[in-house]
Amino acid sequence: MDRKLIGKRVVRNEDPRLLTGHAQFVDDVHLPGMLHAAFLRSEYAHARLLKVDVSKARQHPGVVAVFTAEDMGKDWFPGPPLVSPPPTVKDVVFHSRRQVPLAKDKIRHAGEAIAVVIAESRYIAEDAVEEIEVEYEPLPVVLDLEQALQPDSPLVHDDLESNLAARLSQKKGDYEAARRQADVIVKRRIVIERGAAAAMENRGIVAHWDAQSEHLTIWDTTQAPIPIRNGTAARLGLSEHQVRVIAPFIGGGFGPKIMMFYPEEMVIPWAAKQLNRPVKWIEDRRENFYATTQERGQIHDVEMALSRDGRVLGLKDDFLHDTGAYDPYGLTIPLNTQSHNMGGYDIRNYSSEFKVVFTNRIIATPVRGAGRPHGIFVIERMMDAAARELGMDPIELRKRNLIPPDAFPYEHQIIDQAFAPLILDSGNYKAVVDKALEIIGYEKFIKEEQPRLRREGKYVGIGVVPFIETTGVGPYEGARVTVEASGKVNVTTGIGTQGQGHFTSFAQIVAEQLGVKVSDVRIVTGDTSEFHWGTGTFASRGAVVAGSAVHAAAKSVRQKVLKLASKVLEAPEEELELEDGAVRVADIPQKSISLGELAVLANPLRGAVEPGTEPGLESTSYYGPQYGATAFGTHAMILEVDPQTMMIKIRRYVVAEDCGTVLNPLILEGQIHGGVSMGLGNAYYEKLHVDENGQLLNASFADYLLVSSTEMPRIEVAHLETPSPLNELGAKGVGEAGAIPVPALFAQALENAFYDRKLEVLEMPLSPNRLFELLREAQENEKSV
Amino acid sequence: MKPAPFEYFAPASTDEALSLLAEHGYDAKVLAGGQSLIPMMNFRLVQPSILVDLNNIAELAYIREGDDGGLRIGAMTRHRQVETSPLAAERAPLIHVAMSKIAYPQVRTRGTFGGSVSHADPSAELPALSLALGGKFRLRSQRGERWVAAEDFFVSLFTTVLEPDELLVEASIPPMPPRSGWSLQEVARRPHDFALMGVAAVVTLNEKGVCDGARLVFISAGDRPIAAERAAESLKGQAPSSKVMEEAAEIASMQEIDPSSDIHATAEFRRHLANVLTRRALEQAFQRAAETKQEG
Repeated sequence: MDRKLIGKRVVRNEDPRLLTGHAQFVDDVHLPGMLHAAFLRSEYAHARLLKVDVSKARQHPGVVAVFTAEDMGKDWFPGPPLVSPPPTVKDVVFHSRRQVPLAKDKIRHAGEAIAVVIAESRYIAEDAVEEIEVEYEPLPVVLDLEQALQPDSPLVHDDLESNLAARLSQKKGDYEAARRQADVIVKRRIVIERGAAAAMENRGIVAHWDAQSEHLTIWDTTQAPIPIRNGTAARLGLSEHQVRVIAPFIGGGFGPKIMMFYPEEMVIPWAAKQLNRPVKWIEDRRENFYATTQERGQIHDVEMALSRDGRVLGLKDDFLHDTGAYDPYGLTIPLNTQSHNMGGYDIRNYSSEFKVVFTNRIIATPVRGAGRPHGIFVIERMMDAAARELGMDPIELRKRNLIPPDAFPYEHQIIDQAFAPLILDSGNYKAVVDKALEIIGYEKFIKEEQPRLRREGKYVGIGVVPFIETTGVGPYEGARVTVEASGKVNVTTGIGTQGQGHFTSFAQIVAEQLGVKVSDVRIVTGDTSEFHWGTGTFASRGAVVAGSAVHAAAKSVRQKVLKLASKVLEAPEEELELEDGAVRVADIPQKSISLGELAVLANPLRGAVEPGTEPGLESTSYYGPQYGATAFGTHAMILEVDPQTMMIKIRRYVVAEDCGTVLNPLILEGQIHGGVSMGLGNAYYEKLHVDENGQLLNASFADYLLVSSTEMPRIEVAHLETPSPLNELGAKGVGEAGAIPVPALFAQALENAFYDRKLEVLEMPLSPNRLFELLREAQENEKSV
Repeated sequence: MKPAPFEYFAPASTDEALSLLAEHGYDAKVLAGGQSLIPMMNFRLVQPSILVDLNNIAELAYIREGDDGGLRIGAMTRHRQVETSPLAAERAPLIHVAMSKIAYPQVRTRGTFGGSVSHADPSAELPALSLALGGKFRLRSQRGERWVAAEDFFVSLFTTVLEPDELLVEASIPPMPPRSGWSLQEVARRPHDFALMGVAAVVTLNEKGVCDGARLVFISAGDRPIAAERAAESLKGQAPSSKVMEEAAEIASMQEIDPSSDIHATAEFRRHLANVLTRRALEQAFQRAAETKQEG
């Protein structure tokens, strides 16, 4: 298709507002009479709550109210399940235990909210929090995933027989048969630890109950305003039309802001209604470490069966997944891991069982990648181990096993987060790998540069890691496109936005159809009073699902425009073109009418209209994919390590990405850059250190090492486009892609750098200290051999 | 993350500040650049009832030449001022070069020389460098004034000889003797983080190219800046060679420093780093000393 705007490097419509500080964030909401909330959070990770005495806090000057679980009475009940029950496979186990507004009887993770103080200022609220007296009976904590499943382990949920939250097995082909035929079996244990999502903006919520109109307005840093509206209405016994949720500009989501019904989201609107005054709560950075969901804790026991010539005959991976204190998000993360465990490889025999484990840690819900980096880390680490075992070039081994281009749509067979057997819609995987190899100059590097650098005493390694990313899952999104009398176009959609560039990419899609300037298309997202239906921005689905709905609505408006213009200009529709905000007859430029004038004609103030006519140049459309689109990419890196200090320098970083049709390369590259920075964090910097009592030891940015500009390499990005056949745009998602392969890539490059040591990386994240220990261990092992 | 209530004073002169400290010393905290104190107050780790803010005292912000040809730095001089000062670059290159290793520009624009020294964080650069260069500090109170050498100033973690009514008003950094070389070596997770380990070396050669004197001071190696005196002593009278540098590094890293384990590094890794960095620091410092010898 010949495209004028889609695929162009259009600068972002939203940037002037963001860069000049005019964009509204939740903390910018100031209402008359607004109160401020602060929460008392548990010091213990696991304890019985014997007594909560708030009497002194209630008397603190400036305090308006203090609420505990008991004060909430019948309004105290857990949050809703956020995803459907698990797929009905044989022997599946799932125990749903959801977070509560305020802890009652028992504490299950450090930082769990116990009481809320609502006062005239946040300062006063925090002073009063210190006056609440709590009696705890500390209990032994559950942290280690394996010990948690032992019969003598303490229980996170006393009513369950064990800490097993869920168990699910999936099979493809016959792994045992493949194993019997294999020449080589490679076995490893792989450990993946937690990190934080650490969005620039913490969470926040303002709730305003208007008693006269009986209407509740909530500003919330949520990725899913419509589900928050529906759930809040249900919790408070209101109609969905009595609740308006606004998710204004948000400083990054990265997953945790999709976790609907955090305790604060249950408590603050309830309190505002009780007190009949607006209430604001803004999460501070320390709270973010204690109260916002996290991800990535898993332990894998993996086995790969191969033939001597480097065909992967089968893969077996049994793993444990840490869900933390509750499991409101169901099995999304471990299912993603299970369905990414084979990467982009054509593996016919697969067997995997996961066990989800309750622990005394913060709830795990998706964080950019959402189980996918784990799956890719596992398969790619196994590929490297196998290549060494076979004495084969690691890239060659990968190429021999990639799904060939003629195999699409490829029946992957493993049920993923969409709860249906995964189908890989389209792709040309080898071309993407080759592109990355070409840009980084793989052959030349390993044949010429690396030997030279090694002679100079330098430790410089190369890594190349391909990966898949399932994206753009249902159920659906919608959009309404309206041409206004000014000739400008308004677009509303139900999804929220947290920096993804929707104000520009959606505008491009509309401008492409209607022949207007991108800057003349105004986008409204994340306001439930503007659009009633939808789900949210997560799972790399905004551009694919909402983008397709916008596309369908824009096309439908285009039809209305053409029909009306054809009448007005007395010319057949086929001879009309939409250009520069007007419709004109091809070859007769003076015969034209502006979109604004047409919009007025479509909504006359007087006179009769034909029966069955809808007013205005407006259309609402919905899009629900048959199944998700799957993107593919390959990252390559040249990494230099100081072998004495373990400090690193990334010399080159290359990304070859195929996420179908590119809507805007500028935005796409921004997504990739951000993803890579999170991936580097997961590889070498970001780790949540928890002591034996379940206390987080680094709950600040002084000690939680977020990757900053000084650690970021320059990233070279190449785009390949294999359109998805599932939507007219041909788009696939890319929001999480950047983060997915990085830890596996880093590990590979590191092993390659330390060519003269027997270093094997089977864990993420690493650190200089841990790398030092691993090299010591490798040295000692070698000595003892 | 809001501080507990406190009373706030913003004196406009040193005398006024000293009078407030004389009155409230034990209950007061002095606010300089606030880059450590304010976060600690926001975390409620410290809850002073009185805050004496020095930011209005213009007379405490200056960089000038000392009578000895060294450098005098007023307590309220921002790191950024030192970083961009040609005089500092000329008279105290070790201090000057360290500036870019202190956090990031936003912090350096607020953080002050006197604040960093008085805070006495063993992971910070300025306490260690003051010690390595043989610097001293002028302390004032309503009771009078005294000069304290850097080696006597730092007592333990976040603790100095400053009395509650005393204010550090100035630092004096003497010039290095002729034929001296210096080096600052650090390993930090990210460039703006506190160093996992760091070492400052200052060495002096005699006319024959033999080491006449050396100082090695370590960052993040104990409860205060740690001077490795025996290691420095071992270099004296030696012509610089890899062997003597390795021996000094071994003595310093295994016998003299006392690093602890935390979430970022074990004591063992820190000792390893101290060894590596000492060798690198000495190599660079001796090379610089040799170059000044040629120039001279």
